[in-house]
Amino acid sequence: MPAVMDFPVTQQPSIPAGAVAAVVAELNNVTKRYRSGVTALDGLSLSLRKGEIVALLGPNGAGKSTAVKLMLGLSTPTAGTVRIFGQDPRDTAARMRTGAMLQVGRAPEMLRVREHVAMFRGYYPKPMPYADIVAAAGLGDIQHRFFGELSGGQKQRTLFAMALAGDPDLIFLDEPTVGMDIESRRALWATIRSLAERGKTVLLTTHYLEEADALAHRIIVVDGGRVICQGTPAEVKAIGTEAVSGSATEAAKPLPALNTGTKIIHCVTTLNATHLEAMPGVQHVIINTAQARVTTSQPEATLRAMLALDAELHSIEVASPALEDAFLALTAHRD
Amino acid sequence: MSAVALPLASTSSALAAPTRTLSATLRILFTEMRYEVVRALRTRAYSLAAIGFPVMFYALFGLLLNRGESTGGVLVSKYLLGGYSVFGALGAAVFGFGVGVALDINAGWLELKRASPMPPLAYLLSKVAMAGAFSVLIVCLLTVLGVAVGHVHITLLEFAKIVGIAAFGAIPFSCLGMAMAFLVPPTSAAGIANLIYLPMSFLSGLWVPLGALPHVVQQIAHFLPSYHLAQMMYSALGASNKGTLLTHLGAIAAFTVAMLALTLVGYRRKEQNA
Repeated sequence: MPAVMDFPVTQQPSIPAGAVAAVVAELNNVTKRYRSGVTALDGLSLSLRKGEIVALLGPNGAGKSTAVKLMLGLSTPTAGTVRIFGQDPRDTAARMRTGAMLQVGRAPEMLRVREHVAMFRGYYPKPMPYADIVAAAGLGDIQHRFFGELSGGQKQRTLFAMALAGDPDLIFLDEPTVGMDIESRRALWATIRSLAERGKTVLLTTHYLEEADALAHRIIVVDGGRVICQGTPAEVKAIGTEAVSGSATEAAKPLPALNTGTKIIHCVTTLNATHLEAMPGVQHVIINTAQARVTTSQPEATLRAMLALDAELHSIEVASPALEDAFLALTAHRD
Repeated sequence: MSAVALPLASTSSALAAPTRTLSATLRILFTEMRYEVVRALRTRAYSLAAIGFPVMFYALFGLLLNRGESTGGVLVSKYLLGGYSVFGALGAAVFGFGVGVALDINAGWLELKRASPMPPLAYLLSKVAMAGAFSVLIVCLLTVLGVAVGHVHITLLEFAKIVGIAAFGAIPFSCLGMAMAFLVPPTSAAGIANLIYLPMSFLSGLWVPLGALPHVVQQIAHFLPSYHLAQMMYSALGASNKGTLLTHLGAIAAFTVAMLALTLVGYRRKEQNA
């Protein structure tokens, strides 16, 4: 049992070392304005590289889905360029290398799962073998069922199978694990990781921040049609923690910038805020009744000091600043 | 790589942009059609209504309520076989194609299909094929019913002709359904389909002979493909009819083009809001 609980860092796949991988998809300074006058994307640029898992995060209306639609050639930009494999996303050649899982309310209900998969396999020149799709999407027990008979999670798995059907090099997953139970979700994550290991590029939008954290090599936070920040999950969390501190000005004095080693210690202690703030590395303290929440850049030193001063200190939990906190802080500045 | 080298390019096809051969495209089209027909047959809410209504109406008005009278030079049961065949084709297309596509748009299913490398025509043609298959099925059922119960005498050639006309009718009717799917709010598509299906059948004289309707109403019929298809049916069945094959085909073609234009307007509007 590790003394310091953390997000499963070992599970976070790292981008293959070596030369920078080729760009497979690119939005270049893209603006999308609807006829209604709403600006969905406002000069947004992003690029996806071979073998990468990228998570697009943002609140509703941030422009995530619009960005995905543009990359799928379902919509055209008002300004800027979209390139998929160096081609127009509407080219059949580009589409033959792309798979998509979109938020679909209803697929034809009176077709069986295997029939849906067979239909999508037929669209591609070199589809994934059917048995591989069944294994990858976990369709074993539902392949002969009608789509209309499936539960929400099973429908998601079927739609995921359709996205994989063509063995595409670039896969878009729009909120892929909505309605899935934990087990299916983890199985899907494993499949996505193995796809990336095979050199496939995956872009997912999600509102499960845990999902982005556990899965993505890179997170792009989008809000108001712009990229707010991007980086590895750890980097985004660090930036977000600064934003958390910065936005909590009503409670505290200005705080130093946090680094990626920053942890949050929860515990029950008799120590008061003045004591805690004087300890090494401590940046921020919140005490509610007996429960203390201490933000520190040197968690080991802080803990030693706390245990030395309070023999009865208990219920210790040490966590990384949650991506959720970072995300909320980053996107909270808008009206 | 120069144009001269192109004949050798097949060895390096991995480098070339993947394009689809005609046979691959036809295979996709065939698969799409097959699954669309299977899906529609399995969807009882659709298949029972699309087949049940014309069969029920024909059984009621063509067979039960008629006591061997003649109209247009043939038995009423034979005359109405033409009208209800057109009625069946119209229902199959307006509900199968129109409401079906509207639901696919609403659910985001059409978008997923468009994002795939499926040739867009495969989607549309599979729906036309489905409407055509249902039209043919309905004509066959009505004919069997008419011959078995209604004393209808029909030659093989007459039968082949009315089957062909019903299948052909799937084209203008599907275009009507498609225009509807792209223009009306998807959630109200089923209601609007009824508002098209029933008045259009009435105004084309599929239920009550046109001569019994006011003159003004009779004029509207000339703009409706269902009227022209019905006249083609009467001609094929050896009953009295108006107009010539050429005027009928011309009117149907004009209607079809108008519906395609309306579809394009609706599609553009949706695309701009996409």
